[in-house]
Amino acid sequence: MELSIFQITWFILWGFLWGVYFMLDGFVLGLGFMSRFLAKNDTEKRVLINTVGPVWDGNEVWLVTAGGATFAAFPTTYALMFSNLYTALLLLLFALIVRGVSFEFRGKIDGAPWRAGWDTAITISSFLPALLFGVAFGNIFEGIPMRNDFTTATFAYEGGLLSLLNPYGLLTGVLFVMLFAVHGSLYAAIKTTGELSDRAAAMASRLWLPLLVVAVAFLAYTYPATKLYDNYLNSAALLAIPLIAVGSLLMLKVSASTGRLHRAFTFSCLTIAFVCFTGVAGLFPNLIPSSIDAGSNLTIYNSSSSLYTLRIMTVVALIFVPIVIAYKIWVYRIFRSRITNEDVLGDSEAY
Amino acid sequence: MDALMLSRIQFAVTCMFHFIFVPLTLGISVMIAWMETRYVMTGDEMWLRMTKFWGKLFLINFALGVVTGITMEFQFGMNWAEYSRYVGDIFGAPLAIEATVAFFLESVFIGLWIFGWNKVSKRVHAISIWLVAIATNLSGLVILLANGWMQHPVGFVLRNNRAEMVDFLAVLTNPYGLIKFGHQLLSGYTVAAFFVMGISAWHLLRKNEIDLFKRSFRQAAIFGLVAAILVALLGDMHSVEVARTQPAKFAAMESIWETKKGVGMNLLLLPDVTAECNLVEKFCVPNMISMLAFHDPNAEIKGLKDIPKDERPPVLPVFASFRTMVGLGTFFILASLLAVFLSFKGNIESQRLFLKLLVFSIPLPYIANQLGWVVAEVGRQPWIVYGVLKTSDAVSRNVSGIQVAVSLAGFTLLYTTLGIIDIYLLFKYARKGPETDISELIHLQGRA
Ligand code: HDD
Ligand code: HEM
Ligand code: HEM
Repeated sequence: MELSIFQITWFILWGFLWGVYFMLDGFVLGLGFMSRFLAKNDTEKRVLINTVGPVWDGNEVWLVTAGGATFAAFPTTYALMFSNLYTALLLLLFALIVRGVSFEFRGKIDGAPWRAGWDTAITISSFLPALLFGVAFGNIFEGIPMRNDFTTATFAYEGGLLSLLNPYGLLTGVLFVMLFAVHGSLYAAIKTTGELSDRAAAMASRLWLPLLVVAVAFLAYTYPATKLYDNYLNSAALLAIPLIAVGSLLMLKVSASTGRLHRAFTFSCLTIAFVCFTGVAGLFPNLIPSSIDAGSNLTIYNSSSSLYTLRIMTVVALIFVPIVIAYKIWVYRIFRSRITNEDVLGDSEAY
Repeated sequence: MDALMLSRIQFAVTCMFHFIFVPLTLGISVMIAWMETRYVMTGDEMWLRMTKFWGKLFLINFALGVVTGITMEFQFGMNWAEYSRYVGDIFGAPLAIEATVAFFLESVFIGLWIFGWNKVSKRVHAISIWLVAIATNLSGLVILLANGWMQHPVGFVLRNNRAEMVDFLAVLTNPYGLIKFGHQLLSGYTVAAFFVMGISAWHLLRKNEIDLFKRSFRQAAIFGLVAAILVALLGDMHSVEVARTQPAKFAAMESIWETKKGVGMNLLLLPDVTAECNLVEKFCVPNMISMLAFHDPNAEIKGLKDIPKDERPPVLPVFASFRTMVGLGTFFILASLLAVFLSFKGNIESQRLFLKLLVFSIPLPYIANQLGWVVAEVGRQPWIVYGVLKTSDAVSRNVSGIQVAVSLAGFTLLYTTLGIIDIYLLFKYARKGPETDISELIHLQGRA
């Protein structure tokens, strides 16, 4: 009984960590691959990179934390999620590695080919994670082909890299890409000035309709492809989550067309977080369902740590997560002003 | 080759690569924090220029430490799924704690430090680099407690097909992990001290910015002397702990084949693994090893022959790495002693031979670090968690040899490329020397 309370707590925290990660790294990734279309010259590119300069690493740590939390709270899920999806995660890892160093290296040597090379690296290494996270989560929502026996601890995976590239997985991938593209453009719009800012805002507005189409397709396809809606049919109160997601997506457009870009960005944050929560709430109590055998589902009950460990981790999380959030907000506020061309050109520390 | 062997190679490659960048971060962040603090206290602009110059090198190094760290986090699940499942109840906690407690602090305040020169006051700016330094050192503590647990597992029971934690405090106060942390921290400081001394020496040889580099040199020399002495002391404590808990590793480190009382230390030694004996044993210091390991000249040391063959680690790499590490450690003490002496005499810039020696010594502490890990990790084989889980039982069963071969090739290619670029950039900015005009920066700070 007590164990299950902690298991549920950690399920909620697990979803929360992923949601916050996508919300925060989403704009860095989106801005990364959209900068190719938003910036017209080298200075503008640098301005864009510098808008995320102070925060990208801190945002990525949410991923490290989400991974670490999965390991600590649901070790069996951590083990099977990472090994079953080996090749997809490898690509993701390579992309994240390249993205991180590109920001740092790009400005360290003068010369057009050097910069152009890193610009391409930024585009690819930002686009790929957006797509891959989407594909991975799409597959998790659907379930992956695994056969697990928990009493003897034998686990088998019957899929491959290509089996992840099924229509629903790909559609979720496209959804993530579109969400991040709009999110990143809005972030660019509120963090820069003049023409660059206008161009980014226009881009976000232009991409909104395609995003809406993809989102509707995703919600519709989710019904035949997954069991996510079962939980919603059983308890209607949960419907608040997808409703907030959809409402935010609509409000995003309303705010953007009336020129309230900060508000639009806030709604875009909510959209992404609640899309993630929608999926996660639909999964409960599964973390990763099996697509071939319901008895093989990885649930919070058959894959969690012991009560003792969950208790300790809960104490750690309750103390430190609020502190982290507090100083992150403080630092975001310090860097709230927009970045101009002069800022970048006059600062020897800028990327 | 099978997935097991490939996974082991991949783990070694990615760990050792991560560990090229980490030790410098551990040490140089503290040195820079000190420089910036001196600037805030005295207003002397030379401290600020030092902060900026060493800070630039720190950041170039830091970037690769960060990105290679993500690999570390992922690959337990990717390649060592059985391990992760079996000990995740204990081992997962430190990893999660490390991220929440240390990595957030570090990544947020490094952003503030890099981009915040004109956004916060001087004092807050200096505090932010202190927070970065504290957080990096803290992340070392947590991860080394995790590694210490694999070396000397405590506070758990075997239950439900896995190891479950029953005593978190025992994991946190595991002497093996704490000694490891101390030794590691100080070896990182040694790396940083020799890095700063070496680059300063290079500039002094060329008579660039003599005052600034003499000051950097002196700070690094003192830092280095303290670190080098303590690293050896803690290394000795470490050996004692190894002798107590992992006799097979200890026997391999010293290449001891027969179980004996009152074992002496041969300064010259050459093991022959197939014949299970030592080919050459010369210059013996009587009873030295028994004394070092158990503080008792007559203590009995277990020889490798009394350990079943399949529970012995590979002797040669462990032995050779250990000897070289200790030899280098001795060199660091002597070199930093001389460096302190000469820099207090005041004419270090004219000691050209010694300065050249220091330039070429920059890689040595890095090598000592890598070798130390070979001792620790290869010496633990065939166990992944000593006495609890064998490495061969820990590997992911649902990952094929081909998958790992591809990923290993990918990592090798990617890491080599990034390593070359990073080291090139370090050279470039180290040679360029500090900026001479920082009035712009001071003006910016004034606006904060
Ligand atoms: C500058 C680097 C450096 C230097 C000079 C030394 N060490 Fe070291 N040593 C390390 C850097 C290092 C390390 C990289 O930090 C290791 C690897 C694993 C660890 O925790 O620390 C290590 C491991 C390590 C181990 C194995 C620990 C294990 O099995 O887990 C022992 C027994 C020693 N050291 C002992 C010594 C002694 C007696 C030294 C005498 C001077 C010495 N070390 C110098
Ligand atoms: C504290 C963090 C670390 C942990 C938890 C850890 C754990 C492991 C694990 C799981 C393996 C693979 C299985 C095995 O072969 O034993 C391994 C092997 C290895 N690690 Fe570490 N490691 C850590 C840090 C490092 C670092 C920083 C280095 C190098 C600089 C390193 C060097 C090696 C080597 C050389 C091997 C290969 C040993 C062999 O397979 O024979 N480790 N370690
Ligand atoms: C196998 C275990 C290890 C894991 C899972 C791991 C994980 C990570 C991760 C995820 C990061 C990036 C953090 C960020 O994004 O800011 C990182 C960086 C770092 N790690 Fe590791 N690490 C391991 C081994 C070690 C060891 C043994 C030490 C030190 C004793 C260490 C010290 C650091 C430090 C100081 C950084 C900051 C970045 C830098 O040094 O350049 N890590 N590590």
